Amino acid sequence: MAIELKMPALSPTMEEGTLAKWLVKEGDFVKSGDILAEIETDKATMEFEAVDEGVISSINVAEGTDGVKVGTVIALITGEGEEPAPAPSPKPVASSPVETPAQRAPVPTMSDTQPIETSSVTANGNMQTVTLREALRDAMAEEMRRDDRVFVMGEEVAEYQGAYKVTQGLLDEFGARRVIDTPITEYGFAGVGTGAAMGGLRPIIEFMTFNFAMQAIDHIINSAAKTNYMSGGQVRCPIVFRGPNGAAARVGAQHSQNYAPWYASVPGLIVIAPYDAADAKGLLKAAIRCEDPVVFLENELLYGRSYEVPMGDDHVLPIGKARVMRAGTDVTIVSYSIGVGLSLEAADRLAEDGIKAEVIDLRTIRPLDKATVLASLAKTNRLVVAEEGWPTCSVGSEILAICMEEGFDDLDAPVLRITNEDVPMPYAANLEKATLVNVDKIVAGVRRTFGV
Amino acid sequence: MATTPAKKSASKKSSVSEDAARANRERPTEPVPYKATKEELLKFYRDMLLIRRFEEKAGQLYGLGLIGGFCHLYIGQEAVAIGLQSALTPGKDSVITGYRDHGHMLAYGIDPNIIMAELTGRAAGISKGKGGSMHMFSTEHKFYGGHGIVGAQVSLGAGLAFGHKYANDGGVCLAYFGDGASNQGQVYESFNMAELWKLPIIFVIENNQYAMGTSVNRASSEDQLYRRGESFRIPGIQVDGMDVLAVRGAAEVALDWVRSGKGPVLLEMKTYRYRGHSMSDPAKYRSRDEVQSVRDNSDPIEGCKAYLAEMGVSEDALKVIEKEIRKIVNESADFAETSPEPDLSELYTDVLVEQY
Repeated sequence: MAIELKMPALSPTMEEGTLAKWLVKEGDFVKSGDILAEIETDKATMEFEAVDEGVISSINVAEGTDGVKVGTVIALITGEGEEPAPAPSPKPVASSPVETPAQRAPVPTMSDTQPIETSSVTANGNMQTVTLREALRDAMAEEMRRDDRVFVMGEEVAEYQGAYKVTQGLLDEFGARRVIDTPITEYGFAGVGTGAAMGGLRPIIEFMTFNFAMQAIDHIINSAAKTNYMSGGQVRCPIVFRGPNGAAARVGAQHSQNYAPWYASVPGLIVIAPYDAADAKGLLKAAIRCEDPVVFLENELLYGRSYEVPMGDDHVLPIGKARVMRAGTDVTIVSYSIGVGLSLEAADRLAEDGIKAEVIDLRTIRPLDKATVLASLAKTNRLVVAEEGWPTCSVGSEILAICMEEGFDDLDAPVLRITNEDVPMPYAANLEKATLVNVDKIVAGVRRTFGV
Repeated sequence: MATTPAKKSASKKSSVSEDAARANRERPTEPVPYKATKEELLKFYRDMLLIRRFEEKAGQLYGLGLIGGFCHLYIGQEAVAIGLQSALTPGKDSVITGYRDHGHMLAYGIDPNIIMAELTGRAAGISKGKGGSMHMFSTEHKFYGGHGIVGAQVSLGAGLAFGHKYANDGGVCLAYFGDGASNQGQVYESFNMAELWKLPIIFVIENNQYAMGTSVNRASSEDQLYRRGESFRIPGIQVDGMDVLAVRGAAEVALDWVRSGKGPVLLEMKTYRYRGHSMSDPAKYRSRDEVQSVRDNSDPIEGCKAYLAEMGVSEDALKVIEKEIRKIVNESADFAETSPEPDLSELYTDVLVEQY
């Protein structure tokens, strides 16, 4: 009886990958530990080892195939001589990471046939299709070419090419002087970066995730955000703290938190949380050029998604300006980061029922573009905030307060916060799914504002 | 010789050779007391006296309610800032410290008026009255504050040193911190990176014996703080921080080491603060006799006076300096008292540099 070899999930967020190379052929005898194939994920090339012993009876996916979904049968092994007991078929290790992000983060610009990891070559007019990860890398590379004071520092940013491959290629181009691997020492290197900024450089400090930046939050707030004020404008701190923020997939409570509300409460900081690749690039370039300290919150689940980005190295967007992603007249959905994709999908669903939702991407959380939010509210008279994060003292809470204080007369219904549940992130797939904000919850929230 | 209160090795001036033998690594040379000219020594005396009288005046103004909040005086520790900073190259080397920062500002020759005006929270203050006693800066002098979170300045200082190395400008960063800060985790994170990357930084522990009310031996398993860099391969030197010439001598050795690209060095300055941790500290954790004994036996200004006498400087010459200093300090107090508070329109300025 043949054992099915399935495309493995090699990272918490991997949905599909490229079968780069087979190291065995049909008829080969393999034993546990033999390397069967090389599989390229959106983050790295990994070796795939045999667990069972037997003969490769068929290879079902040819090498060089892109976009092989996790769980696809890629080869069969037959036990030699005897009929092996049906080995517990390799549990589709990744069944939940596969479906969860896919459901959570539909991307309107991505067709089903398009591979997730598209290289920057597919140009289309003045636009090119790139992944968000590449857009971030391009933004850093362009700014590093433009200004020698800009450097990148963090854990695994150089030789490893980035824990999430965001800094891929930077070491090769800019060398070890400007792309600097640090020890695991967040408090220390956040302070080193901040001191370097005070001394006149333009550091980009990468946190492997913002969860680890909790160790460094003292420097972000007490040193970076406050020194310009405390020094009467003498000591500037032009630094960017960036890295993935918010929930990834199945990584549990300590690795799944949205810090936007934390940093957004601090005067002296700029807080940016982009949704798509064009914004990620344009806003990161703006952040690097900015004279003020910036907290730049990315989302791991979006890194591998492809979007259209303007060509050229002059795509710089204004900080502090929200964007109307979709115009509508009946209700406003305000969101940011990964929530924007969910909101757009919710708007599609609502349109089927004849509800025209306007979707606003805040892009910058601090300073907040109140004018765009209030103008939309004045038009639609109903508003919900969709946020991948906790409800209490959230960005949603802030929007709600603004609507009460400055848009009260425009309100036909209470403003609602549609957020994650108010619990630490559970690990179990079903509980995690129940915790996270999703399209259904947004649609239901919007309906509530109409009393249905 | 250090004459600070009884400590295991307080009588030792430095222990470079002992460590070198143990570690079998290259070490900085044994520092020798700086051979100051009469002019240099007179300047040290004058600068230390300015800090002493300025701080006494600040204490008075605090008592009168003109200075608010926290106010940490540098009295007793003057030789450290003067001995070290006199060895730096102005405009090239950078300095950063914690909240006990008045002395380091004055050591730069920054106008006492604008320092005192900052203490009283006036618009003319060096931080426009927005920083206060703990948060003073002078980018013109490459003095980067003035930081209130214990130990933060050590990582920030490593960043300044990183900048010197990155820009290849030949500068060195001098990062001061106290015996209390020497137990903070980020200090060791910074030690590690500084040595790993051979950053041009001199770590200076101003060991004034008490972290607020906790004596060094009650808080530190290794109370010989110059050894605290050992596991990072940072050489440490213990220095009599009450003797301006010993301090300056150690500064020369440290600067040579760092400027030659050998990475950081750690100086432990054995010193003593005569006043409480801050103005609100009743200092019940030590006896009056202990303080008096240090004042009598190892006061840095009296020590400097003795050196001057050996060089033939008369008491009268010193009295002239004393008089001049009193005048400067009184004027700074008048200025700080009479100069206007910041305009309310300044409340929202300097939060961000740019407009969005």
